[in-house]
Amino acid sequence: MMNTVPISWYLVLSAVLFACGVTGFIIKRNIITIFMSIELMLNAVNLSFVAFAYQWKQLNGEVFVFFVMVVAAAEAAVGLAIIISVFRTRETLSVDKVDLLKL
Amino acid sequence: MQTFAAQFANAHDLMVVMPMVMLTLFACGVLIIDLLLPAGDKRWNAATAALGLLFAGGSLWRVQATLAHQGMLGVSAFNGSVVMDPMAIFFCWLFLIATGITILISVRYMEIEQEDHGEYYALMLFSVVGMMCMASGKDIVLLFIGLELMAISTYVLVGFLRRDKRSNEAALKYLLLGAFSSGIFAYGLSLMYGLSGTTDVTLIGRRLAGLPESSHPILMLAVVTTLAGLFFKIAAVPFHQWAPDAYEGAPTAITGFMSVAGKAAAWALLLRIFAFALRYEQTIWMPMVIAVAVMTLTGGNLAAMTQNNLKRLLAYSSIAHVGYMLLGLVAWNETGIKGILVYLLVYTFMNLGAFAVIVSLRRRDLIGDEIDDIAGLWFKRPVEALLMVIFLLSLGGIPPLAGFYGKYFIFLSLIETGHYVLASLAVFYIAVSLYYYLRIINAMLMRPALDAEPIQPAFGLRLALWVTALATVGIGLFPEIFIRAAAWTMTAPRAVTQAFLR
Repeated sequence: MMNTVPISWYLVLSAVLFACGVTGFIIKRNIITIFMSIELMLNAVNLSFVAFAYQWKQLNGEVFVFFVMVVAAAEAAVGLAIIISVFRTRETLSVDKVDLLKL
Repeated sequence: MQTFAAQFANAHDLMVVMPMVMLTLFACGVLIIDLLLPAGDKRWNAATAALGLLFAGGSLWRVQATLAHQGMLGVSAFNGSVVMDPMAIFFCWLFLIATGITILISVRYMEIEQEDHGEYYALMLFSVVGMMCMASGKDIVLLFIGLELMAISTYVLVGFLRRDKRSNEAALKYLLLGAFSSGIFAYGLSLMYGLSGTTDVTLIGRRLAGLPESSHPILMLAVVTTLAGLFFKIAAVPFHQWAPDAYEGAPTAITGFMSVAGKAAAWALLLRIFAFALRYEQTIWMPMVIAVAVMTLTGGNLAAMTQNNLKRLLAYSSIAHVGYMLLGLVAWNETGIKGILVYLLVYTFMNLGAFAVIVSLRRRDLIGDEIDDIAGLWFKRPVEALLMVIFLLSLGGIPPLAGFYGKYFIFLSLIETGHYVLASLAVFYIAVSLYYYLRIINAMLMRPALDAEPIQPAFGLRLALWVTALATVGIGLFPEIFIRAAAWTMTAPRAVTQAFLR
């Protein structure tokens, strides 16, 4: 296999995706966008697991990916439910306006 | 020839995970029974959940008996991904006790809040299953799943008062920061897997130690991200922002549950990762742990001084307690680990007791979580006020009470390892913490009540109060008896230390 992409490329891509997710989580103000940033972080984790699993010729890493996907799905289900209940009581999706609990 | 099914679910494996299986079955049972019960008569849900805890305790006892009988350091199952060693069993008992007390507190409280649904108890049991996986997992896949099972169940429990704006908001903040920290933690795990090529924590530890110099930057990144995720979960400064918000907005019983059981589970996970996967990486994590411990002590104690909301004050005080436990991690010897475990045990009783008193303040149109609401408790319910004084003094670490022994072992370990500066800093912060605990006591005993509404704690709540108070005073007065009764459990710290000293 002469022309395969080296593993470091996948890892760099994963790191960049993860950094995008973290940045989005910190600077975005819309709850849904923040939530999508978290999903991006989890997908970066998945990519890095798959790349490592390929490198080690193992299934462990790929199994972990399935579990991360399950977790992400469960989190999305619970998260969207919570977001809807917040929206129902406040009619807003901006985190800056969800500020009853403060110092 | 073994069949495929027999290979993966034989009787021994099932016996080891039976506590989790029992809790899962009973949680599903609660969901079904809830459908059959008429509205307004939901107490059977709580009874079913409590029965589930009893059955889980019974199966846990069986695991423990097997272990003692065979004189082993742990029984593993499912190809070594689950291990029930003394530390795991210690934590499992702690989760069961904390959940039992929380159920006692919750029954009447959730009826007053008019949210007494079966899902409440089912989610609580599911989150205990997650905690048990965190305590007994020896494979990063299981540890991660356990963490998420606990976290996702708790997100829902925090937002359980869905008509209450503050509960919604707390759930949202907890969810966003919790999921964010899980992402960071998982990224650290993926790097550790990449460096070691295995998901078993013991093997990870061994292979990380043998890495060539060239991969140290990635190792550094792996350790830092994993630690950041773990610090989020135990709510250490500067990763603590979610805790005060989530604690304040959550139903009070759940605040107590999160602050003891959830915190103990996060500590179980942290100890597991530190004692196995990162046991040779001390030079990397020790400076971080010292810095975070000092920041946590400072941040938690100073922020607690200015709070007027009881739940928020106890949230910051629980952050400060994490600071003390982190000092045990800094010492990183047998006494230090024992100190952390004893601390978590006594903290369970005294903190749940304090939250039980706050739950009893819930009266018409009052959440009862402001300092003004507890004012004059002595004149209304002297017994509850006295118990609250015991809990608060124990939280402050006053000698004849249980809280003292948690701090005692931590300080001892610091002295043993020559961390005199950290020890004196910790003693200084005890004085600071007494200020805010005495502020509550002052309000209870000296100030007149602001309203004439009577306070009538329900039977379950009174039972929970007495159990926690007896444990707080009992452990404080007769620590030797407790240690002897738990002699077998106390091999827990030894098992951990043996794991990393070998």
